[in-house]
Amino acid sequence: METLFFLIITLVAIVSAILVVTCKNPINSALSLIMTFFCLATYYVMLDAPFMAAVQVMVYAGAIMVLMVFTIMLLNIRVDASKKHSHKLIFGSIIGFFTVLNLVVVLVKSRAALPTGPYSGEMIKKIGHTELVGREIFTTFLLPFEITSILLLVAIVGAVILAKKKI
Amino acid sequence: MENLNSYLIVSAILFTIGTIGVLTRKNVIVIFMCIELMLNAVNLTFVAFSRHLGNLDGQVFVFFIMTVAAAEAAVGLALIIAFFNNKESIDVDDVNLMKW
Repeated sequence: METLFFLIITLVAIVSAILVVTCKNPINSALSLIMTFFCLATYYVMLDAPFMAAVQVMVYAGAIMVLMVFTIMLLNIRVDASKKHSHKLIFGSIIGFFTVLNLVVVLVKSRAALPTGPYSGEMIKKIGHTELVGREIFTTFLLPFEITSILLLVAIVGAVILAKKKI
Repeated sequence: MENLNSYLIVSAILFTIGTIGVLTRKNVIVIFMCIELMLNAVNLTFVAFSRHLGNLDGQVFVFFIMTVAAAEAAVGLALIIAFFNNKESIDVDDVNLMKW
């Protein structure tokens, strides 16, 4: 049953990802991308990571995609189907074929030989995923967390500077 | 669903579709969305490996990648709007100011 569900979600994810690339109108691409993000959130739930799924829906499908749809509608570009692609599609397809071959061979043939950690599925279900992730962030990864706040500050300042009339 | 390989294959396919989009499309915003798609494929790999190895470091990393993606979206879209104000276009072929 779960395998069937996984296959359905995979089908939806891949078809909507292909629609992101092939749609003429950027709005349709954005909506397909939101569909892909929801499928990825479903994967996270299946991987016992519900907090990641919630963040995926809120940050990606919520904040980032709203920003993109806002920009598309603000700029209001008319769709010109004759010059959609900058390079030949066959060129991209060849590179894509070799990329997927390379990735699948490397990812499937190689074995993850890292030492396994203590977080099993039962432990995550018992304590709660959000609490475990929070503990990790605020103990082991406290310094990267603080650096992230500086990164966000720089991004805010950069966006404000770029939005000025004359740059 | 405990099978690691199926998640890795899905992630590889999504990453490849994003790569094809970046290589072939002209519209800057669509290229931007394809980059987001590639980032998400990598996130799926991180979470799958994290679950497989029983180690939460990968999920914390996904958290940081999401932060970087949000910052990238804010700055990148501001750049696109600034470019549109100058050139009245968002085609990557029109970004030729530095071309000699």
